[in-house]
Amino acid sequence: MSRNLVIQAKNLGLTFQTNDGPVHALKDVNLEIGKGDFVSFIGPSGCGKTTFLRVIAGLEEPTSGQITVNGMSPDEARRARAYGYVFQAAGLFPWRTIAGNVKLPLEIMGFPRAEQEERVKKVLQLVDLEGFEKKFPWQLSGGMQQRASIARALAFDADILLMDEPFGALDEIVRDHLNEQLLKLWARTGKTIAFVTHSIPEAVYLSTRIVVMSPRPGRIHDVIESPLPRERPLDIRDTPEFLEVAHRVREGLRAGHAYDG
Amino acid sequence: MKSVLPILTVVAAIIALWYGAAVWLNSKWVYDQAARAGVEVSFTEVVKQTMNQERPKLPAPHQVAAELWKTTVEKKITSKRSLVFHGWITLSATLLGFAIGTGLGILLAVGIVHNRAMEMSVMPWAIASQTIPIIAIAPMIIVVLNSVGIQGLLPKAIISAYLSFFPVVVGMVKGLRSPQVMLLDQMKTWNASRAQIFWKLRLPASMPYLFASLKVGIAASLVGAIVGELPTGAIRGLGARLLSGSYYGQTVQIWAALMAAAILAAALVGIVGLIQRITLRRMGMAQ
Repeated sequence: MSRNLVIQAKNLGLTFQTNDGPVHALKDVNLEIGKGDFVSFIGPSGCGKTTFLRVIAGLEEPTSGQITVNGMSPDEARRARAYGYVFQAAGLFPWRTIAGNVKLPLEIMGFPRAEQEERVKKVLQLVDLEGFEKKFPWQLSGGMQQRASIARALAFDADILLMDEPFGALDEIVRDHLNEQLLKLWARTGKTIAFVTHSIPEAVYLSTRIVVMSPRPGRIHDVIESPLPRERPLDIRDTPEFLEVAHRVREGLRAGHAYDG
Repeated sequence: MKSVLPILTVVAAIIALWYGAAVWLNSKWVYDQAARAGVEVSFTEVVKQTMNQERPKLPAPHQVAAELWKTTVEKKITSKRSLVFHGWITLSATLLGFAIGTGLGILLAVGIVHNRAMEMSVMPWAIASQTIPIIAIAPMIIVVLNSVGIQGLLPKAIISAYLSFFPVVVGMVKGLRSPQVMLLDQMKTWNASRAQIFWKLRLPASMPYLFASLKVGIAASLVGAIVGELPTGAIRGLGARLLSGSYYGQTVQIWAALMAAAILAAALVGIVGLIQRITLRRMGMAQ
């Protein structure tokens, strides 16, 4: 791998101490994510995919191994505002308008006011939400709220986008649409995206690389390089290449499960 | 408009019950008078005589209404017999106490939410403070402050604040802690400072809780101000009207003062409710 490495994890482990004894959320995770990659993490619940994303974000502290983000520790990267994080729920602030929500990280980071307006306008355009600036979150559909949430994560132009099942709560039609938009956005911005999902088609459709994880202890079972081209219309999902990759992912998930009976 | 009918029904029922109770409670005096004079009275005569006694056990609603009218509209508001005058005295102590109590309550809540030591040390005292009957502690506050030369409005306001800070502390602690973990994590990903988390997340999120507390708090403030007027020798204020009324057996005056206090409380809670609606709507949080 000669590309620029953005995220590097070596023998990463994370053990939570609970009342029922230690829980190995992550064990011996080795992974390198290059600049401009779209990496999906897929696996059953408890496989540590969200935990891994939170470790990258500096929201959880690993208990063993090393990890660097942009060559720094995750906490330093967080302080340097290296990434935008999109949570499972849109998590918009109900007392702020859509524009106000997108502006929030910019206010916190101390961007000049004029630039704030400019950036809000730009990213709302990027997610197709022009004209909704003055609406409050509850006036928007779930899909639109999640788009606003993505716009907010993009607003300060971090190179990395961490997404934790951002479309998990949406119906399939909306999800297809947002997947397509996300790919376009990725192509246009060249960001590095780490994406957690439960859905095999979603993982295969979006990613350049798919990381299949398995639970107890959470670890990487398989890493699949996608042979699909970067340009992907929605009907690519009916091609043999697509189905082939999906099959490999499914096999990987099944094997990962069989491992602990 | 749909709510008018049920409200009127309840009001009518209360007035009917009140009249019934007035007849029942005041009839004894009528019978006693009749027995003393050695005459028989018919039931209709009894009812008639229970409606207009000078010192009834329970004044009839129209007597209280007439007294209210006489002491508000017909008296100059500077007169010592004007309920508007006394109401204003009580109201000013209420508002000052409410402001002190709310400010103190919010400050304590902010401290409790941000500081573990304060959470452990302040909350038990705040709860303990509310278990002491205010009627027991009010005279001591008045006496102690009087001995250091503070009299008039402030001692009453302090008693009022003593009652109103508590609901604000409880509500604000809950409100400031109401943001979900996800939103707090979100702020962390932007490397927000504690102050930013407070001003941009915790404080706005606490607003619905604050207003719920303020409604309880302002009613408690009024109670505090009235109680604070009792030990001062009953010179001015609604509390004074209550006390002097009971000294001289002026039940009509007592009930008029009670009514005035109730109307004042309803108006204050209503105003807080209105501010709540306007604020939350402007924040986009109204339902």
